[in-house]
Amino acid sequence: MQVSLTVNGRPVTSDVEGRTLLSDLLRDRLGLTGTHRGCDTAQCGACTVHVDGRAVKSCNMLAMQAEGCDVVTIEGIASPDGTLHPMQEAFRDCHGLQCGYCTPGMVMAAIDLTRRHPEPDDATIRAGLEGNLCRCTGYENIVRAVTAASSQTTA
Amino acid sequence: MYAVDYHRAASLQDAESVLANHAEGMILAGGQTLLGSLKLRLAQPEILIDLGAIPELRGIEVAADGTVAVGAMTRHAQVAASPEVQRAIPSLASLAGHIGDPQVRNCGTIGGSLANNDPAADYPAAVLGLGATVVTQRREIAADDFFLGMFETALQEGEIIKKVVFPAPRRSAYVKFKHPASRFAIVGVLVADTAQGIRVAVTGAGPVVFRATAIEQALSQRFDPEALADIHLDDAELNNDLHATAAYRANLATVLAQRAVQAVLA
Repeated sequence: MQVSLTVNGRPVTSDVEGRTLLSDLLRDRLGLTGTHRGCDTAQCGACTVHVDGRAVKSCNMLAMQAEGCDVVTIEGIASPDGTLHPMQEAFRDCHGLQCGYCTPGMVMAAIDLTRRHPEPDDATIRAGLEGNLCRCTGYENIVRAVTAASSQTTA
Repeated sequence: MYAVDYHRAASLQDAESVLANHAEGMILAGGQTLLGSLKLRLAQPEILIDLGAIPELRGIEVAADGTVAVGAMTRHAQVAASPEVQRAIPSLASLAGHIGDPQVRNCGTIGGSLANNDPAADYPAAVLGLGATVVTQRREIAADDFFLGMFETALQEGEIIKKVVFPAPRRSAYVKFKHPASRFAIVGVLVADTAQGIRVAVTGAGPVVFRATAIEQALSQRFDPEALADIHLDDAELNNDLHATAAYRANLATVLAQRAVQAVLA
């Protein structure tokens, strides 16, 4: 069956199976491997993307459910000239990553979080990132990065 | 995931007829439990019938008397963020805002949660505690008649939830002790002071959400945390697993009911 959607601003139509996950469509069909498959059980959040502006775990959504939706992945948030999104920049500046596996999901979840809470305190950030696991950083620098990015965008 | 057909229902009638034509068909709501179950082959439907494109199943209406009607396909995040729900039934908005994690709340729906009836889900506590009514395409089911057992509801073959109607209580609060990884309720208690009296619903503790009548009676006499000091729930029917013993859950139910009463009085 066919699914048509917009991915990072580009209209896409693809042949998929009923069981094809959105993460499979993004990675295997569209080559957008920045969306990481971590646990594949909707726990780790590494596969987080935005669907119509909402952060969702793309391993827990069928590609067919995204029909007509506007999907944004980690590849779609920097400017066309390569300038990083403020959240990406903040993760780099604050050393909010070590191995980097969770980072695409963390960044996408953090962008959704700061849209809903423009000036989040630490507790709000930690609660807002409950759906994303990081096994390296201990989260401290991730919280700092989100704080830095939010104060920058609201300044 | 093993192969499964997919059908995007154009209307409730369409969903009903496709479901009627497939003995092994299943309704797909938000998919936050179902897709994981498919990967584990705990469920093996031949076809998924997606309700996501039916606008009439989505949305929140709050009446002048505070009655809140939530469409079956309304996501948890929408209920949590609704200023109208926050005003009419704050405990309902708060409960929805603490289900799972943000990504789950951006997909998961009230209809899916209730039809699944996980013993540790949060919404069943709201529906039973607030004395809500589950409306399907065939009938209205009172909360007291809806939750039958573990993953078992009063829904019949082919019956689809359209919306859930919550009468506004005078005051209410939901407190849960969550598992830190899954964020499911080890125990969750909703205390409501309603026009029909005090209602107390407990989720996570037993095979299915239940009303704690001993706590309700004690609070009816005196709405104060101290009124529950000598209440001990019978743990014979409660869950005993690696997360908590039945005795622990029984004690937790009373403690959380006390905290909910405190929150109501605060």
